[in-house]
Amino acid sequence: MAKLTLDDLKKLREQKKKELSRRDTESAKAQIIIGMGTCGIAAGAKETFEAILEELDKHNVSGVIVKQTGCMGLCYSEPSVEVVMADVPNTIYGNVSAEVGRQIVTEHIMQGKMISEHVFDKPAADIMKEGE
Amino acid sequence: MHASICDFILDITQNSIEANASNIEVAITTDGETLELIVADNGKGMNEQQLAKAFDPFYSEEGKHNHRKVGLGIPFLKQAVEATEGSLDINSEPGKGTKLTARFIMNNFDAPPFGNLPSTVMSLMSFPGEFELTLKRSHKDEAYNVSRSDLIDALGELCDAESLSLGKQYIESLENELFS
Repeated sequence: MAKLTLDDLKKLREQKKKELSRRDTESAKAQIIIGMGTCGIAAGAKETFEAILEELDKHNVSGVIVKQTGCMGLCYSEPSVEVVMADVPNTIYGNVSAEVGRQIVTEHIMQGKMISEHVFDKPAADIMKEGE
Repeated sequence: MHASICDFILDITQNSIEANASNIEVAITTDGETLELIVADNGKGMNEQQLAKAFDPFYSEEGKHNHRKVGLGIPFLKQAVEATEGSLDINSEPGKGTKLTARFIMNNFDAPPFGNLPSTVMSLMSFPGEFELTLKRSHKDEAYNVSRSDLIDALGELCDAESLSLGKQYIESLENELFS
C-alpha cells in the first residue's frame, strides 16, 4: 500500500460519500456501542470492534454510528455491545466475540432480528424466587 | 489479562480521556529490541497517595465505576513490563496531568505481541469528547505523527464505520512506510 496523505484521505472520504449517495440505499440509522473498559479489552472487545467495522464495510451498510464506552458494569459478560435502532428494542448483548459481532451486523442491523442467545438479560423480578 | 501491547495502549490512554485531559500524547518508539510507550496528558492528575494506589488492583478511583471497585489497567501493565524485565514509571501532579512511561524488552521470551496499532489508534480517536490526541510513532530513524484534529478535518466526525475504516487504512499506510 502506498503511503497516504491527509489530502488523499479527504479525497477518499469524498469519493465514499458520493458512492453512498449514488447507491441510494436506505441508511440503517443505528448505533452500536462497544464496552471498551479494561474488562472488555481483556475479553477481546478490540477484536469485536474490528470485526463489526469490517462487516459493515463488507456489506456497504451506511449510517451506522460506532461508539465506544468504558466499563458498562457487566464485566462478567464482556465483550458487551449495545445496539440502538428504530423498530427494535434497545439491546445489550453479552459475550460478543468477533463472530457474534459480525452476526450483530448481518442479523440485527441488516435484518432487524435480535440474536436471542447473546441478549444480556436477567430473569424478571416476578419470576425470581426469593433469595436469588 | 491483555493479549497485546496495543491492548495496554488502548486501556492506559483511555485513563487519560477519563481524566478529562484536553491534550493527550501517545509516543511509541521501537528499535527492534525495546518498545517505549509514553502516554502524557494534561488531565486532573493524581497526588502521591492516589498514585501509590493506582498500582493496587483492588483500588479504583471513587465514582469511576458504578458497579465495582477494582482497577486493573495499571496493575496489568506493571505485570506485563516486569515479565519482560522492562520498567514502568508514572509521574503525576494534581491539576497538571500524568506521564506514564513503560518500557518493554521485546526480545524477552515473555514479551507480548505488538498487536494491531491502526485499529487501536482509531478506536482511541473515536472515543466521545473534546480532546486532542496525538500519536507520535517512531522506529529507528523513521517517524510519523497523527493527530485527532487532522483526522477530523479530513474525515469529519470519527464515529461512522466509513470514517473509522478510512482512518485505519491511513495509519496502516504510515505504519507500512515506517518499515519499508
